Amino acid sequence: MKISTDFIFKKACRLCAFAVPIFISAFFVQLAVSSSEAWKVFGLDFIVSGEWNPVSEKFGALNAIIGTLITTLIALSASLPLAFALALFIADAPEIMAKPLAHAIDLLASIPSVIYGMWGLFVICPIMQNIVQPFLIETLHFGKIPFFGTQGNGFGFLTAGLILAVMVLPYICAVMRDVFKMTPPMLREAAFGIGCTRFETAKDIVVKYGKRGILGGIFIGLGRALGETMAVLFVIGNFMGPPASLMGSGTTIASTIANNFAEADGLHKSALFALGLILLAMSLLIQAVSQYCLNKTDANSN
Amino acid sequence: MKAKKLFVNILISAIALGAAKADEMMINGAGASFPAPVYQMWSYLYTKSQKAAKINYQSIGSGAGLNQLKSETIDFAGSDNPLSLEKQKELSLRQFPMLTGGVVVIANIPNVKSGELKLDRNTLANIFLGKIKNWNDAEIAKLNPRLRLPDLPISVVHRSDSSGTTFIFTNYLSKISRDWKENVGEGSSVKWPTGIGGQKNPGVCNNVKKISGSIGYTEYTYALEAKLACASLENAEGKFVEPNLKTFSAAVESASWADAKGFYMVLTNQAGENSYPIMGVTYILFPENCGAEKKSEMFKYFNWCFNSGKTNAEKLGYVPIPESVVKLIRDEIFK
Repeated sequence: MKISTDFIFKKACRLCAFAVPIFISAFFVQLAVSSSEAWKVFGLDFIVSGEWNPVSEKFGALNAIIGTLITTLIALSASLPLAFALALFIADAPEIMAKPLAHAIDLLASIPSVIYGMWGLFVICPIMQNIVQPFLIETLHFGKIPFFGTQGNGFGFLTAGLILAVMVLPYICAVMRDVFKMTPPMLREAAFGIGCTRFETAKDIVVKYGKRGILGGIFIGLGRALGETMAVLFVIGNFMGPPASLMGSGTTIASTIANNFAEADGLHKSALFALGLILLAMSLLIQAVSQYCLNKTDANSN
Repeated sequence: MKAKKLFVNILISAIALGAAKADEMMINGAGASFPAPVYQMWSYLYTKSQKAAKINYQSIGSGAGLNQLKSETIDFAGSDNPLSLEKQKELSLRQFPMLTGGVVVIANIPNVKSGELKLDRNTLANIFLGKIKNWNDAEIAKLNPRLRLPDLPISVVHRSDSSGTTFIFTNYLSKISRDWKENVGEGSSVKWPTGIGGQKNPGVCNNVKKISGSIGYTEYTYALEAKLACASLENAEGKFVEPNLKTFSAAVESASWADAKGFYMVLTNQAGENSYPIMGVTYILFPENCGAEKKSEMFKYFNWCFNSGKTNAEKLGYVPIPESVVKLIRDEIFK
């Protein structure tokens, strides 16, 4: 009896484990097959062309790729410092404060993305149009910096990036917090013992020790921000042309697919599958880079 | 324990109910979102008042509806993008018009009420081409000497998903502007020269409502519902007309349906002094060989729509197909 449950358990676990790589490769194959028509027609031009014209059936992914990178970059640069500070604070704060704070941040992660989208559309867009953009352009004269752009209507890369920042914050923060918490108390106490201030302890001990956490957090945030669809769809403006400025509207890979998929046909649909393949390849690349970086920090700390 | 018993009882009765309902015929339709408010109201009223098949209509978009019909997951499709007679034959589908409706230009300019803003053909095309960028532009001022138009950038709002409404609107722009025809063209999604996209009709309305200085296009009902200001447009005879049921009907009646092969008809830019220029026809498509029983149930429903559904359609801002065309449909399709 004992042997048979063991046997079944082992087989079941193995099946589940192998299902994942099978799914992933099936995804790749499916996307590759469905997008083959687009690759045949456009070749690698598909990646470097910014033309997206359903009427003349000319498709290129460049604007969507750039849009995805811009929003992701804004999201990360806004959320990283915040997540970092939060994680440091929570790791060091007394239990009574740290617990509710940690729960509140985790709660951020459980809000569905469509709610973030609605919030962005109804609350953030008007604020961006009426307060933030005039302040950046007229008061701080940011408009003179190239690509920063002129007064927009509240929709666009900046708004989408900031909403993404709030969305990825809990993921980055959770990873960092867990790693910072794992700093051996002995090390920290020793640091305090030789007269380090709290800041010096955080800077030299906790952060050094938690390098992996910081990197891991960055990559988790990256992966999440790249593929986010619904929230971005609401506020990015869905304009397929080349991005003109940070405050102008544009599109991302995921939102382009979501917008067009239901009605697309033939080459148009194939082009959307090709976009999907590019997104998957980008995620894979990030995974690979993150693995490489993590291994490297590992080697260093040893 | 009691709760568990109750739960089991509910479960059993639910299953029994489901079984009892199963022998009623279900007719599933899906497609265009343009007429969806009417179709949904009709199927509700029909199921309530008639002891007949249950009708179900899902608004998923014209193209998606056609795709579903091709893969035989639904019984009929709604579409705003008419198929030519050859295409109908190729796919063995039949097509007939069900309703017509207006696509209106909505604008959000402070202190400008519905119907007050006048746009001629050139100006309309140039705004959507991104050539006219500000509401204080001389061309707009010339058309609207009585309005005080602010110094406010124009934000164009269009559909981000592909849609029959976009087909109707871009078809009209292609007819009135050579520039538009050559550089953008017509289709259910196009390469917009400027502006931001909203999802479906409500998304466009929402964005127009949110952005001061915006202009967009949507189906009439949605504009009414969102209480947005519509623009008066110049029609083919050079007259400015406000969008309402009267100008819509004028356009529908001026069309020559008898000549339309396979009921292929695009109702934009119709002649007639009172005709509203951007009208769309929405069609029903069904497979030619879908089983006699199902066919007769479907025809029964569509006949009911033509007879009893009219007032409800008008209440929602759509114009029913003229009696003469209904007769044509009965002779050619429902025979």
